[in-house]
Amino acid sequence: MMENKNIAKAIQSDEIVMSIKGLCKSFGSNHVLRDFSLNLFRGENIAVIGKSGSGKSVLIKCVIGLLKADKGSITVLGEDVGNLNRRQLDEMRVKVGFLFQSNALYDSMTIRENLEFPLRRHRRKDKPENVDDLVMEALSNVGLEETVDMMPSELSGGMRKRIALARTLILKPEIILYDEPTTGLDPITGREISQLMVEIQKKYNTSSIIISHDMNCVKIASNRIAMLIDGTNYATGPFDELKEFNDPKVRSFF
Amino acid sequence: MRFKGLRNILFETGDISRFAGRFFAEAFVPRYEFREFLRQSYYIGYKSLPLVALTAFIIGLVITIQSRPTLVEFGAEAWLPQMISVSLIREIAPVITALICAGKIGSGIGAELGSMKVTEQIDAMDVSGTNPYKFLVVTRVLATTLMIPVLVVFADAISLYGGYLGANIRGVVSWDLFWNQVFESVTFNDLLPSLLKTFFFGFAIGIVGCYKGFSTQKGTEGVGRSANSAVVVSSILVFIIDLIAVQIADLMGLT
Ligand SMILES: Nc1ncnc2c1ncn2[C@@H]1O[C@H](COP(=O)(O)OP(=O)(O)OP(=O)(O)O)[C@@H](O)[C@H]1O
Ligand SMILES: [Mg+2]
Repeated sequence: MMENKNIAKAIQSDEIVMSIKGLCKSFGSNHVLRDFSLNLFRGENIAVIGKSGSGKSVLIKCVIGLLKADKGSITVLGEDVGNLNRRQLDEMRVKVGFLFQSNALYDSMTIRENLEFPLRRHRRKDKPENVDDLVMEALSNVGLEETVDMMPSELSGGMRKRIALARTLILKPEIILYDEPTTGLDPITGREISQLMVEIQKKYNTSSIIISHDMNCVKIASNRIAMLIDGTNYATGPFDELKEFNDPKVRSFF
Repeated sequence: MRFKGLRNILFETGDISRFAGRFFAEAFVPRYEFREFLRQSYYIGYKSLPLVALTAFIIGLVITIQSRPTLVEFGAEAWLPQMISVSLIREIAPVITALICAGKIGSGIGAELGSMKVTEQIDAMDVSGTNPYKFLVVTRVLATTLMIPVLVVFADAISLYGGYLGANIRGVVSWDLFWNQVFESVTFNDLLPSLLKTFFFGFAIGIVGCYKGFSTQKGTEGVGRSANSAVVVSSILVFIIDLIAVQIADLMGLT
């Protein structure tokens, strides 16, 4: 693993915003994660790559508290996710955005209502008053202002992905967990989304975990790569460094 | 192997009971999702009216037409309004309405929540500061529990009207006479148990639909299976509740 100091230098920050230590998660006899560890620094984008079914989605669902870890600890912005009550969990989730693999747009609501949902539902001390402006700003970030009164079913797959991204970003989270943001998109749209993720990182100084199979996206959007193999963090490092690795399991990805 | 089916039924009964128990733990503590409850009541109640009205009308009509020859045989034709009104209000209208709703509402809830589950919409609500059980389940179960009794009262009235028309196809019963006889024969003892049990029908339909939706397995066939078994299980529950209700009413002397 690369020295923490080096990474810190690359992204000019040594503040750890998320720390996963010895995470284990099983479903019955299916041991998905066994002893997975990873640190995320402020302002850093880490790509997590691994085969289909290797537990990438499970990993970030544990981080956001949708799944409960069997063992190990997850610390997000100084809080231990396993020990939070419902209210504290909600507070944490304002600061951590989650882009779902299947977009998870609410079918029964318009795009506007979809975007308003997190704004209106989160109990925050400073409830936003200019909800309309925030919705339009989020839509213009992804270039889809004209869809505001449409239903999700009227949009194409790529448009839905961008709306889901807008909904994730509308709370201006400090940490963003992207579950396969470019899968199922054409290469051009995929590249646009990847560049968008970099823009967001620069603009708001966010940290992200990007789960992806798409090596183009990984190359564009991430500072560092973590390889999830056999339930552990098998290798970690920047794209170019991992590409030169001599391990066959690592090589097979490049 | 022979007991595997039985075991599954027992496990599922346990799961549904636990799911229903959670309803009582969550329904009466804030935050209350009042707007969503109203929206669901509108969908569940108002949107089911035409179907309930049509079936109730036809059942009232048919029961009357079919009862008539038997009564004529015994020279008891004048008893027609009494007889049909008691059987319609005590048994037929509530059960038919509940079964129609198990089909229409139960499958609707099962499919809607099922597809929300497999497309991660329920998880998305969870991470957006919303307790999905409160927002989706409590509102729907409250709506079915309160709306199905309303629909049943409505069905009672429509089916009696159907009965009135039915009685006038072959014979002549004046409007006033018909309703006089109906209100004379239907007592509080008939109304109360038949109305009380409909709350349980509504609760069962809501809980089973939501449970099936929430426990949907990945994939599109999963959604179909959930909708389907929501209908089957809630229909069976309607009959079981009906059986128990009849026994209790009988024990209490409400006959
Ligand atoms: N809620 C669950 N219950 C039981 N098993 C689950 C659950 N969620 C995931 N799994 C199992 O965990 C394993 C990892 O699933 P996961 O969705 O994390 O894969 P993934 O790496 O995201 O794959 P993909 O790239 O296809 O999305 C799979 O074997 C899956 O069957
Ligand atoms: Mg996944």
